[in-house]
Amino acid sequence: MNLLYEKYAAEIKHILAKYPADQKRSAVMPLLYLAQQEQGYIQKQDLQMIAEILDISATDVGSIVGFYTLYHDHPGGKHRLQVCNDLPCALRGADEFLEKLCENLGVQVGETTPDGLVTIEAVMCLAGCDRAPLFQVQDAEGIRYYENQTVETALQLVEHWRSDGATPAPSPLGLRAGQEKSSTPLPDETVTGLSAEVRDETASDTAATETQETD
Amino acid sequence: MSTFLLLRHREIPNLDQLDVYRQHGGFEAFQKAITTLQPKEVTDEVKASGLRGRGGAGFPTGMKWSFIDNNNWPHYVVANADESEPGTFKDREIMEGNPYQFLEGVMICAYAVQAQSAYIYLRGEFWQLAAELDKRIQALEAAGLLGDNILGTNFSLRLYTHLGAGAYICGEETALLESLEGKLGQPRLRPPFPPSYGLYGKPTIVNNVETLTNVPLIVARGAKWYKTMGTERSPGTKIFSLCGQVNKPGNYELPLGTTFRELIFTHGGGLKDGRKVKAIMPAGASSSIIVATEEALDTPMDYENTQKVGSVLGSASVIVIDDSVSMEWVINKTLHFFKHESCGKCTPCREGTYWMMHISDRISRGQANEEDLETLNDVALNIQGKCLCALGEFSTMAVVTGIERFKSDFELRLAQNANPESPETVLAAVD
Repeated sequence: MNLLYEKYAAEIKHILAKYPADQKRSAVMPLLYLAQQEQGYIQKQDLQMIAEILDISATDVGSIVGFYTLYHDHPGGKHRLQVCNDLPCALRGADEFLEKLCENLGVQVGETTPDGLVTIEAVMCLAGCDRAPLFQVQDAEGIRYYENQTVETALQLVEHWRSDGATPAPSPLGLRAGQEKSSTPLPDETVTGLSAEVRDETASDTAATETQETD
Repeated sequence: MSTFLLLRHREIPNLDQLDVYRQHGGFEAFQKAITTLQPKEVTDEVKASGLRGRGGAGFPTGMKWSFIDNNNWPHYVVANADESEPGTFKDREIMEGNPYQFLEGVMICAYAVQAQSAYIYLRGEFWQLAAELDKRIQALEAAGLLGDNILGTNFSLRLYTHLGAGAYICGEETALLESLEGKLGQPRLRPPFPPSYGLYGKPTIVNNVETLTNVPLIVARGAKWYKTMGTERSPGTKIFSLCGQVNKPGNYELPLGTTFRELIFTHGGGLKDGRKVKAIMPAGASSSIIVATEEALDTPMDYENTQKVGSVLGSASVIVIDDSVSMEWVINKTLHFFKHESCGKCTPCREGTYWMMHISDRISRGQANEEDLETLNDVALNIQGKCLCALGEFSTMAVVTGIERFKSDFELRLAQNANPESPETVLAAVD
């Protein structure tokens, strides 16, 4: 009995259909994302279940977990808040941002707040260097960007989580430079993710940019 | 001529909608290719345009396509959307703002090499972007532009997205293919190159997002038109990702051959607080560090001229560093990156990045002497030329050129180490 397959049969079939029938191994990364979705980390039994589905060994699956940084083999906070402090971001104040954020939350980089809500991590380049300081959030909802941030907006987000949504969340995503020009809402409301959300948040995003520039 | 070829969404609202994209000539090039041109004619046109790979290596795109092995089937096309070089954020904007032009480029490439499956390998962080692209792909299927016997021809094609999970190395094309096969993202020994031995051992074309986004325009308007832009050996426009200590960081699409000065001052709004440009890294963290002399600032940014000032254009991710920053701090940052991202396959890179980072940390902590600086340089030089892929080489560029061209930054640091009482004046105090 394969619990993972039972739970996500439709998703797994859809994933497997992307690759040639004799190359099922290609599905290991998407399946790991599925397995990680609920608990936020990969458990031992997941390795075995994925191995069974793909006809490879659990060791092979485990090696993938160890190699790629977006898979976790230990539980973290409910939300992983991952701040880029690589060179381009650091030139725009990311180190200070990370330090002050940690200070405010009373944790060190890599640690989780005592209530288990947030793990603060330092990560490598996120391809948003012009909108630093920025971070991504990895949690049950997937991965999303928060750009042009200040310590205040980041803490506002944490408070939003802590209050279970009672306090407002800051803008989830930055806009790519210049995209402001095409800011009419998408007609297709089923389109999730960046475009629609981004466009709704243009105002607060601009505000964040201005704060950034007066630093 | 319009200002943008690639970032056209900045001029055309809602270009990310299929009907809008088609109203502006979208998929006419694809239709022209599959209904009126032989696959080889498409490749020849791209070859004649002089388009060079925008991912970093600058290899002629049409030539790469012409290398596809026609004695081994099936063929694959893989779009490299792993954009991970510190300082690069151009492919993300293309895929967010002008996704259909990119997808059309993938589709034309697939026709040129007669691939029936194409994969878009996105870095895992582009999770939401991948979901968006999946919807675009569905829209294309619904419009009859993807699927079986497209537009009544014999050509059939399907596109799939595939998410990585956080590994810089997967931007290297053979590591990317390994990763797509469900293995560790580690580079392969080359040759054989992907056009003869690629995904699942089959002939494969791997191209960067920006490269592919150029293709529809070349097919629609012709190689001759394309060559009117840029320089003779580096034709076309290029998206320069400008970041670091400039007033207006962002993506700027400019003809190849635009000078650093124009990018930084005319477009990027110059530096903050009247600071001076001290150094430029034109290819992200992998760059040799250019000393920002007047002559360097007037250098045209193309594949040839950037080499004349001792660096490479790479993916054109231009990091601007002002005169408040010490290069000792800069290379410490790049070393932490490369040590983290080394895939571990080749010993010189795996061990070398580890030791370089630790020596650099020691210099930063004030525990180093002159000899450590020599050792750092020595380790870097011993990595060069000894690794399967370019990551090993990249990890040394800033180190070797930083020490060579900004020696006084390091000497000042060492002198401070010798005299811990002296005030900290050197370490980068940004903002």
